[in-house]
Amino acid sequence: MNIYWQSFRTFFKIGMFTLGGGYAMIPIIEAEVVDKHKWVSKEVFLDLIAIAQSCPGVFAINISTFIGYKLRKTPGAIACALGTALPSFIIILLIAMFFHRFQDNPVVASIFRGIRPAVVALIAVPTFRLAQSAKITWSNCWIPIACALAIWMFGVSPILIILIAGLCGWVYGAVIKPTE
Amino acid sequence: MIFFQLFYTFFQIGLFGFGGGYGMLSLIQGEVVHHWSWMSTSEFTDIVAISQMTPGPIGINSATYCGYTAVHNAGYGEAMSVMGSCVATFALVLPSLILMILISKLFIKYMKTPVVQAIFTGLRPAVVGLLAAATLLLCTKENFSAPSENAWQFWVSVFLFVATFIGTLVFKINPIKMIIMSGFAGLLLLY
Repeated sequence: MNIYWQSFRTFFKIGMFTLGGGYAMIPIIEAEVVDKHKWVSKEVFLDLIAIAQSCPGVFAINISTFIGYKLRKTPGAIACALGTALPSFIIILLIAMFFHRFQDNPVVASIFRGIRPAVVALIAVPTFRLAQSAKITWSNCWIPIACALAIWMFGVSPILIILIAGLCGWVYGAVIKPTE
Repeated sequence: MIFFQLFYTFFQIGLFGFGGGYGMLSLIQGEVVHHWSWMSTSEFTDIVAISQMTPGPIGINSATYCGYTAVHNAGYGEAMSVMGSCVATFALVLPSLILMILISKLFIKYMKTPVVQAIFTGLRPAVVGLLAAATLLLCTKENFSAPSENAWQFWVSVFLFVATFIGTLVFKINPIKMIIMSGFAGLLLLY
């Protein structure tokens, strides 16, 4: 079978059947890409996760682009990224086209009144999980707090915060860390 | 021109969206709700809920949905709205595609240098702050109601927030299950 078609189909399947976003996809991608098709080795896959995690953008797209590029350069990367994005795109589009017709229905409205506070909590939870993996302690917890307050109270753009934080990290590594 | 604005906005989000889907949500929210006013906070929260319940990466799901809603809210028809979601999704994926191809081509050896590592060290705590800000910005009257407005809905909302928070963080209940249960509670208590 044509490798473009095969890799597109594999990532389409992964995109279609994984609930819960990027990180939930890791074991499924591993099963398909490492164990079943043997496109990359286990070691390369682990490096790949580390790189895809530190890069900006959608995690699953980063991983699939990388694997596609390893298989067949740029056309391969495009085939894999397209396969990952397409199922989401189609499903959401169908929902979006129908949902706004039911939005004002009292039953649907009451269901979403219950769902909204739960969604806010679901965004609060990864804040604490991420704080653990980013090694936030009492001595450096002022950084995320200051960033959050700057955005929340003063309306600072999150993109500006990202740029400043990267710059501070660079200055810290170049100037302060060598003297410690 | 809304399509150029959408492209520019989601390209930026794709380029600066560190920290996975949830980190990206605070960027999307900042742009589509606060900067461009394409939709209300409660519309955005609904989009996040639907993005979590449907398969696929949350970043792609919410970009597709936001693109559609932004154009739809601007008063255009169905076909234009579908174009909007195409533009937003394509713009979100494009930086990843370019960046990852470049990295696999050239920069893989630079990823472990002290400079790059130092930049990531600076980014990590800030991304935690970004997520916290996303949570705070969603704690609005639109999502929770207010004691003076509708005390019953407010306290039910607070209860659902706390229950979902403890349920997922402590008891590790599947988030989709929590959304479905909260929707059911909404139907029973807030109809």
